[in-house]
Amino acid sequence: MAYIKIKRPRLGLFEKLYLPALIKGLRITLGHAISTLRGKKRETMQYPEEKWDDNMPEHYRGAPALVTDEQGRERCVACQLCEFICPPRAITILPEEIPTEDKWAKVEKRPRKFEIDMIRCIYCGLCEEVCPEQAIFLRKDYAITGLTREDMVHDKEKLYEIGGVRTGLVNKWNELK
Amino acid sequence: MPVEEALLPKDLAAAEGMVNVQINGVWHRFPKGTRLIEAIGKSGDEVPHYCYHPKLSSPGNCRMCMVEIGMPARLAPGAEPTYDDEGYLPIQWMPRPAISCATMVSENLGVRTKSTLVEEARHGVMEFLLANHPLDCPICDQAGECRLQEFAVGHGRGGSRFVEQKTKKPKNVDIGPRIRLDDERCIMCSRCIRFMDEVAMDPVLGFSERGGYTTLGVHPGRKLDHNYGLNTVDICPVGALTCNDFRFQMRVWFLKETPSIDTNCGTGINTVIWTRNDQVYRITPRENNDVNSCWMPDSHRLNFHYLHGQHRLTSSLVRDGDHHRSAPSHNAAGKVASALKSAPKGTAALVVSSRLTNEEMFLAKRLAEKCGISAIATVPREGEADDYLVAADRNPNTQGFLRIFGDQDRAATLQSLRDDVRSGKIRTLLTLQEDLLAPEAGFTQDDLEKLDFLASLHLLDNGTAAAADVVLAGSGFPENRGSMINVTGRLQRLNRAINPPGEALTNWEWLATLLRETGADVFDGEAAAFKALAASDELWQDLTLARIPDNGIQLYETGIKIPLVERERERIARGEING
Repeated sequence: MAYIKIKRPRLGLFEKLYLPALIKGLRITLGHAISTLRGKKRETMQYPEEKWDDNMPEHYRGAPALVTDEQGRERCVACQLCEFICPPRAITILPEEIPTEDKWAKVEKRPRKFEIDMIRCIYCGLCEEVCPEQAIFLRKDYAITGLTREDMVHDKEKLYEIGGVRTGLVNKWNELK
Repeated sequence: MPVEEALLPKDLAAAEGMVNVQINGVWHRFPKGTRLIEAIGKSGDEVPHYCYHPKLSSPGNCRMCMVEIGMPARLAPGAEPTYDDEGYLPIQWMPRPAISCATMVSENLGVRTKSTLVEEARHGVMEFLLANHPLDCPICDQAGECRLQEFAVGHGRGGSRFVEQKTKKPKNVDIGPRIRLDDERCIMCSRCIRFMDEVAMDPVLGFSERGGYTTLGVHPGRKLDHNYGLNTVDICPVGALTCNDFRFQMRVWFLKETPSIDTNCGTGINTVIWTRNDQVYRITPRENNDVNSCWMPDSHRLNFHYLHGQHRLTSSLVRDGDHHRSAPSHNAAGKVASALKSAPKGTAALVVSSRLTNEEMFLAKRLAEKCGISAIATVPREGEADDYLVAADRNPNTQGFLRIFGDQDRAATLQSLRDDVRSGKIRTLLTLQEDLLAPEAGFTQDDLEKLDFLASLHLLDNGTAAAADVVLAGSGFPENRGSMINVTGRLQRLNRAINPPGEALTNWEWLATLLRETGADVFDGEAAAFKALAASDELWQDLTLARIPDNGIQLYETGIKIPLVERERERIARGEING
């Protein structure tokens, strides 16, 4: 193991007193307080009525959801890699064979049951990372609530409802097969 | 000098029928006729391979097992051989690699398995194999146990240089009632063709077309419907052949493997039970060269769905008027025990299935002794032997029954029990894992109605259960731990893979509870029962349940031979396979 020696800044007498820094901080707080009282600025938000959703960063990790593509094909092929990688074991998948009369019968496999227990989910995003079919994505939904434990389990239908349609993905199954 | 020459390693080895082979610079000694790939395996090194299988002939068509080999140089006329300090001849390495699966070991052979030449050869073969292989891994059942995946990680190049269209071949082909074929995934190793030809002796598979278009298929007008066909799925190194029953059920990496034995016939085929969350997903054969080689009949491997079927009993039942109501297990056991104990002498009987383990039978014997029951019968099940693995005796533990109860004429005993029930002599009956209304048991509904008290310990809701006063919900083969003796006299162990569903208990727990209810001492688990059993029989004396090897141990010879194993031994003797 190589060690890196970090150089800490040497403090002068003025800095060692701490009081100046304290006063500096108080001045900033007081400034904000006065401007809020005068109605010039607001530092808090009335949450359920007001939301910050528009300012959410691109990489925000909210509820995981399944997506369909431009052709309306459910992209998940039930490979169960997300079930395997999921650290809190929130995902349960039951695979099934796609019947031959189905338009996408050549894909052969799809989930019969796909459930994510949102009480267990820790929003780590490993399911999205491990998915070989670009089928599961973490959306920006963060307010997942329910009155019972069953409410908190997202089934396949709910997951597709949250996920919606996603375009511009690799469509490897569209090649002639 | 002749004295010194006699001490050369080649002569020492030849005296024992062995040869010296240098593998990666270290000299080893192997018996003559060993294939190089086996020899390298024994030396502790692994050679990646697809087409080679120790139980099948070696056509050498996958080219994956290439190694660098060398031989001593042929001497010029009149030249004397020069031995090194250890007494070996200097090796001249061949410029091109050779396949190790079809090369036999020979004296003073040199092998390198880690050289640049070998690595490049493997790289090249992998690239060719992957060029036309579809990217099906997310939907392919073989993913996780695929040799192509494994060796692609070890010897592949990561990216593909192949920019052309991959060859299109038939996918999802129905080639038989139990097997599905995906030709695009096939890497033409021909293991399945050779298995059907050499072991199953029903050659229905073959290649058609040439080059990159080579296609595996069944012969026109034929189907792969042989009872040993699913073994081709096991030996298929990729996902070309998949089992309809296991297809898309569960990924293999979730499954827990428990070594156990098959209980469908007296052969006691060694198996691996693949389970997850107390559910059996598939059963595959486990190698045991004295019992089943590497194979297993389809009829036996697929016979586990009844464990999770709708007829499975999940709680014990007690008769209440004309219907049953579920009862706590101690209540049900208490009723059975008091009925057995209070029955007047000579009016109670026990039907002990030969599907029980030795330990369960031993407990049943104790129970009979404790309650003064002398009428004990078992149900013999005779079928037809199939000239492969399936024995004529369809009970897995007939030998165990014979050793523990010593009843030689089982059919006559059962007949006299039937007569006694009909004549009203037997009034109380407990059946252990036998459906009395099944044709092989031969009881009728009227017979059962004659009884004052009928109790059934079974895992299924069958006719006997419907007629019984108390139904004890028992366990199936993956839920039991214990030992059985197969038709050849081999002691083998069953291991517990899953727990019984709901409030069902294992057969062992039921028998122990019944014994405790009658006031007897109960063993502390199956292993203790085995110990007590072993102490009473000189054949087993040094054994404990845990000490039975995974491949079993031959206790005695009954003279019954397993045809498939005999044929394999002949092939080994002829040098066709290494086995």
